[in-house]
This record gives sequence, structure tokens and C-alpha cells, in this order.
Amino acid sequence: MTLFNRKSRWGTKSLFALALAAMVGMVGVAHAQDGAIKDPERTHYYEVFKNKRVVFVPVFMGLDLTEGWSKMMSIQAKRLGYSYEVRNANFDTSAGVQILTQLLNEKPKPDVVVIQNPDVTSYAKLEKQMEDAGIYVIQLNMKSLTMTGFAGADATVIGETQADWVVKQCGPNTSRKILILNGPTTAPWTVYMQEGYNNVLSKNPDIKVVARQSIGNYDSSKAKSITEVTLKQHPDLCAIMGVWDIPDLATGAAVKDAGKSGKVLVSTSGGGGEVACKGLQTKAFDHYVSYDVPGQSRDVNDLIQMALQLRDKPGKIKVAHYTPLSVLTQADVDSHKCWTIDSLK
Amino acid sequence: MTSKHIIRLDQQSIVFLISLIIFCCFSIFLPNFFTVGNLIAMMRSISVLAILGLGMAIVVIGRGIDLSMVALMAVPTALVMTMVDSGNGLVLSITVGTGFAIIAGGISGLLVAYAEIPALFVTLATGLALAGLGQVGILKADMVSWSDGMNPIRWIGGASLFGIPSSILVAAFMFIAVGWFLKKTKIGRFIYSIGDNPNTARTTGISVRPIMVLQYILAALIALLAGFVMAASNNLMDTRIYNLSLIYDVILVVVLGGIGLSGGRGGVWSVLVGTLLVGIVFNGMTIMNFPLDIQDLFKGIILLIAIAVDSFLNPRNEETAQQGDI
Repeated sequence: MTLFNRKSRWGTKSLFALALAAMVGMVGVAHAQDGAIKDPERTHYYEVFKNKRVVFVPVFMGLDLTEGWSKMMSIQAKRLGYSYEVRNANFDTSAGVQILTQLLNEKPKPDVVVIQNPDVTSYAKLEKQMEDAGIYVIQLNMKSLTMTGFAGADATVIGETQADWVVKQCGPNTSRKILILNGPTTAPWTVYMQEGYNNVLSKNPDIKVVARQSIGNYDSSKAKSITEVTLKQHPDLCAIMGVWDIPDLATGAAVKDAGKSGKVLVSTSGGGGEVACKGLQTKAFDHYVSYDVPGQSRDVNDLIQMALQLRDKPGKIKVAHYTPLSVLTQADVDSHKCWTIDSLK
Repeated sequence: MTSKHIIRLDQQSIVFLISLIIFCCFSIFLPNFFTVGNLIAMMRSISVLAILGLGMAIVVIGRGIDLSMVALMAVPTALVMTMVDSGNGLVLSITVGTGFAIIAGGISGLLVAYAEIPALFVTLATGLALAGLGQVGILKADMVSWSDGMNPIRWIGGASLFGIPSSILVAAFMFIAVGWFLKKTKIGRFIYSIGDNPNTARTTGISVRPIMVLQYILAALIALLAGFVMAASNNLMDTRIYNLSLIYDVILVVVLGGIGLSGGRGGVWSVLVGTLLVGIVFNGMTIMNFPLDIQDLFKGIILLIAIAVDSFLNPRNEETAQQGDI
């Protein structure tokens, strides 16, 4: 009997509970029919970003790349309500070091610092120190030797893509002579891209690199002069692999001046902005590897969001987002629309 | 003494000799160096540097220096190109750009001549200010590409006559014009006397200050011309050039050729000789596929040799030293 009684009491209780739950549920449904359900995750998500501070330290503002990234980062900051500022190193590495040192000692210190490295070593130590001090470091497009979060193109793959194309174009019926134009000697862009070139060229010993020259700090005039001199030395040059679209407009101009458009092929890379379309339209470029700045901006914005939401100490998780690259040629000009600062929304 | 008068071995001739020796060596040992095509390419690559050097020469001969020349070349030119790109008329844009250059050069000149602030600081500051103004205010991007609206003046740097690129022709014309201005006109001669000794010049009745202002305005206008030549030739104006080492190259070709920083010495030949040496070295080393850093090292060593040989052959003493000698 006692057993039965207990059971029945239990039954009444659960019946009540069930009824209560059903009522709450029905109220909930009724409420949802009015408007919407409150997502508990959402409130927490927006709370996280309040009073947070993100700083971008580019090599130089005023380029399509940096202006594009910065615009997209500031749009996300406004949307999520954290503060965003730019500290421009203005093409001066020592100024950049000073900016980073100051950020390290500022109070309140920034939560996330997005850094575009001018070379592989200058900022490396400071980036480590920043992580130790509790600041999340995200490197953007140009990497240093320190591993942190990274969003950007894989310069080695850019180099390989360019070299693969050039090897294909410069077949046995051509002179197989190529010219390589580098950036600054220790810039990450230069060293990693060289690795890519070498990976492909070492498998194709027939290709003859007639000159491998640095154009200094991406100097258009140097690119043009070097191309001109090389074309006089090797009028049968097959192709030129350039380092970046902007100075390579001048490389293309030198080829055009020599009356060799279409005969001496120019391969270059860049953020896929207006310069890309202009270069392909004017036939200054024959092959363009784009690292798609709008896509990169999305990647870096995701990393910023992640860093701001993480509760781990910086440096524990190192996430890299390598940008998917796309190749443009003169045939794509009509169908492909290049982004501009105004088109980024 | 007499032998010295027959062959005056001043810095200009020394540098010329060095250039000649290097030129001969390259011609013998480097295949394809001594060809018309290569020599034209070489001259084209130094034509902008030569034009800038001429502007700098006018200022340095008058005992000044203009560190803002590269900014003066980049920003007004980019302004003109931006204006044309956004639909303004070419004539209007060029007028605005020229006015802008004149005002910028005029401000430097006024500060140097009337406020008597050392030219080194004034022009360093105006150069920085101009570059900053370009970045924050008047230009949309640091890289301005050549728009179709600019094509009526494309001939200035992007065409060729009988196979000679127009930038070389513009540079040659400027050599003649500046040479004539410095040697044949009254103001040109006054600039020499001001550079030689400003106090004496004033005592003789030369209006020193207005002429000093004029020097900076002329340098600004020549820089603007160099900017158009460069933009037409490269298909774009990259205002970041202000951050590159071009201004040192400009000072190098001026000083290398024997235009003393203390003023009153040298002329257009000095600029020609200095530019040619830089051009020959750059061209030869590019053919030899030398890294850029080595090229800079080489340039520095040549400058040191030229200055050392000069001070050995033409020693300075209390009599020959000038006030303000650097």
C-alpha cells in the first residue's frame, strides 16, 4: 500500500509539473507569435564588445589595400560598438616600432592590435611582448617571424601561381628568359614570394632568370628603369614577374614603350582593386593574382570578433586565415568588377 | 700654378673623368652596354632626376637648399591629376596646380628670405606639411593614375620623337633654359653673387630677399614640371615617393657635380655630370644584376671619393673658405 501511495503522490506531482510546463510553454508560444524569441546568446555577444579597443597599425595608409581593410574594420567596429583607431606608421619602420611600444604601455591598453608588418623582423619581438602583456595580436597580410593570429594572402602561393603561369607561357618556342622584380629585400612579401618562385623554378631548370632586382620600396620609377634596361639587354625576354600591381603599372608602361605588349608578358599581384582592372584593360598586365581585399577584410574582422570573445590568454590559440587567391587575365576584364573604396559597404 | 690653369681639376672635371672611366669600362666589359638603345634607356631613367637637380641647383647656387622638392613634385601633380579625373578641365586643373606650387614655394622662400629661418629647416617642414596635406586633405589616394583627360599633355613624358623619349628632350630643354637663365640673365648672375656673399650683394644694391623668394618659386615650378614628366612616363603619380630616398639622389647629383652647398659655385654642367655618373652606375649595375643595396653603397663611395679628391686638389684655407661652408 505504502508503495502504491508514494507512487500516486509522485504521479500527482509530475502531473502538476507537466501542466505548469505546458502553460509556460503556451505562454511562450503566444509571446513568440507576438514578436520574437529573445536569443540569450545574442545579448551576451553584444555585451562582450562594449568598451573594447582595437588598433590598426598599417605600414602606410592611402593605399587601396590599407584603406580598404581599414574601412571594413571601422564598419564592423561601429556595428558592434567597440572603438577602432588607426596609427599610421607612414612607411617608417622606426615610427612603427614607436607606435607599438606606446600601445604596449598605454593605459587602458588596447584589446586587439592589427599589424601589417613592413619586414619579417622589426616588429617580431614587440608582437611577442604584446601577447605576453595580454593584447591579442593579429597580423594582416604581411607576416613577421612571430606566430600570432594571421589573416592574409600566402605570398608563397602567390609566387608559385605566378611562376607556374610564366613557366607555362614560356615554353620551348620562346627564349625562356624571365625577369623578376622584388620588393624591399627583407619584406615578408619579398622573401616568401621568392620562396614560391624558387619552388617552381627549381623544377624547371630551362627557365633562365636573366635578372632578379629589387625595386626598393615599391618604387614605380625603379620598376620602369630596370625593366627598360633589361629589355635592351634581352629584347627576346619572355616574361616579367612583378611584386605588386601599383609599381608594375610602370613595368607595363616600360614594356609598352618598347613596343612589346603581348610579347613580353607581365605577371603581378595585388588586392584586386581598381588598379587590377585598369592594368588589365590597358594591357599593362597579362596575369594578375588577386588576394581580394574585401574577402581579407571579412577574415580579419572575424579574427577580431573571435579575439574579443575569447577568454583565453592571447597566444594560446593561433589561427591563420589564408586568403583564397583568384587569377585574373585580360579575358576577365569585361565580366569581372574590381572593388573600389566606395563600393566597399 | 700655370698647369692648374690649363687643366682645372675641380670637382666637376674629376667626376666627369670618373664617369668617363666607368663608362669606358662598362662599354668594354658589359655586352650591350654601348648600344644606342641602352644609352637612351639610361638617359630616360635619369631625366626626372636631372630636371629636379636643375631646380635644386638654382637654390643651392643661391646658398639655400630645398628639401621639399620631391613633395613639390608629387603633391601638386597628383592634385592636377585628381582634379582632371573628377571631371575638371585640364587648363583649370593645371592653373590650380601651378598656383599651388607657386604658393608652396613662395611660403618657403618668404620664410627663408624674410624670417631668416635656415632653409634646411624651412623646406624640411614645408615638405612634410605638403606630404601631409596630400595625405589627409586634397588627394583621394596616394596613388593617382593617369586619366584620359590628361592625354593632351601626355607628350611631356610619354611620347618619343625620332626614337628619343620626350622626357630626355624635356630635360635637355631645361638644361639649356636653366643654363641661359643662370649665366645670361641679370637675375641669374645676381643669384651667383648672393650665393657667393649675400652681404656684399646687398651692399652692391641687389635686392637680395625678393630674389631668394624667386629661387624657391622657380624650384617649385621645375619640380612640378618634373612631376608631369614622371607621371606621364610611369602612367601614375605615386605620392609615396616623398618617403623614398629620391631627395638624397637630387642632392647627390648637385653636390657630386661640384655645386658647393655654400653657394656661388657650379652650374648646369655640374648637374649634367653628376646625373650622368649616377645614370651610368645605375644602368651598368642593373645590367650586372647587382642588388639595389650594393648600388646605394657604390653611389655613396663615389660621392666620398669625389669630395675627398676635391678637397685634396683644391684645399680650403682661411682665404678660400666661405662663410657658411658646410
